[in-house]
Amino acid sequence: MAERVRVKALTPPGHVRVPWYLRGKTGEIERPLGAFHNPEQLAYGLSAEEKPLYRVRFSMAEIWGDAAENPNDTLDAEIYAHWLEKVVIHAA
Amino acid sequence: MPHDHHDHDDYHHEGMSSSGHPYRADNDGPLTYWQRMEIAVRELLVEKSHLTPAQIATQIEVMDARSPANGAAVVARAWIDPDFKARLLSDASAASREMGFDIGPLNLIAVENTADAHNLIVCTLCSCYPRNLLGLPPDWYKTREYRSRAVREPRAVLREFGLELAESVAVRVHDSTADMRYMVLPARPEGTEGLSQEQLASLVTRDSMIGTGLPRQP
Repeated sequence: MAERVRVKALTPPGHVRVPWYLRGKTGEIERPLGAFHNPEQLAYGLSAEEKPLYRVRFSMAEIWGDAAENPNDTLDAEIYAHWLEKVVIHAA
Repeated sequence: MPHDHHDHDDYHHEGMSSSGHPYRADNDGPLTYWQRMEIAVRELLVEKSHLTPAQIATQIEVMDARSPANGAAVVARAWIDPDFKARLLSDASAASREMGFDIGPLNLIAVENTADAHNLIVCTLCSCYPRNLLGLPPDWYKTREYRSRAVREPRAVLREFGLELAESVAVRVHDSTADMRYMVLPARPEGTEGLSQEQLASLVTRDSMIGTGLPRQP
C-alpha cells in the first residue's frame, strides 16, 4: 500500500516550491525521486544541502472538495521531504 | 517630415496593417531593471574573459535548434520499440540521450497516455518545461490562466483545446513544482501499423507531448 503523507500547512517567508493549493492536503507517495539541492537555499545563493524529493499524488476531491470536476482525477507534484509528514491511520 | 515630431507617440500606426493585423507598438520603451541587470552581467562576463560573445551566441543557437521534433522522434521510437518504451518510462533522460539528444542536466519523466488515463503537464509556480528536449514552450503555457486552470479544471481546459474526454478516462495532471520536467507519451493513433518511424514522428505534435492535444491521424 502506498505511503500516505500530508503536506505541511506552513507559511514561511521566502522562496518555497510548495504550491499554496497543496498545503495541508493529503496524498500518496507516487515515487521517490532522489535527493536534490534545497531550492529554498539555492534561491538566495546559499550552499544548499541535498534533500529527498518525492512525487506525491493527490485526488482532485482532496484538493478541491465538491468543486472538483471529477473527484477521481489526480494531480502529481514534487514535494521535498521536509514539507511532508506521515499520516498515521489509527485502527478503529 | 517624420523627424519633425518631438513625441514618439506620433509614430504609432493606427488601424490595421495591409495584411489585416493590428499594428504592434515598437518596443523602444526604457529597459526594465532585470533587462539592465542581464546586460550588465553579460558584459562583465565578457569583459573579465569568462565568456566570449561568440560562445553566448552559439548557446542561444543551440537552444533555438531544439524543437518538438526531438520529442516526436523519441515518441515514435517508443511506439515501435517496446524495449525502448520501457526504458523511456523508467528513465526518460537516459532514453533521450540514448537517441543522441543533448539535453544537458534535464531530469525528464515520461508519462503514458492509455485507454484509461490522459496526462496533462503544467507548472503552476513558474513555467518549467522540458526545453532541453522540446525547445521553448508556447506562450500560453506560461500564462496565469493556463497555470491556474490546468490544475483546477483540467477537463474544461482540454475541451477548449478541442479534446473531450470520457468520464471513464482519468485525467492525471502533473505540476512541475521542483527538479523534474515532464513529457507525455501519447497513445499511438489507430491505423498507423504500416508507417515508418519517421512517418510516425510526423504525427506527434508539441501539444500532444504537453497533453493538451492528441497526435495527428495519418
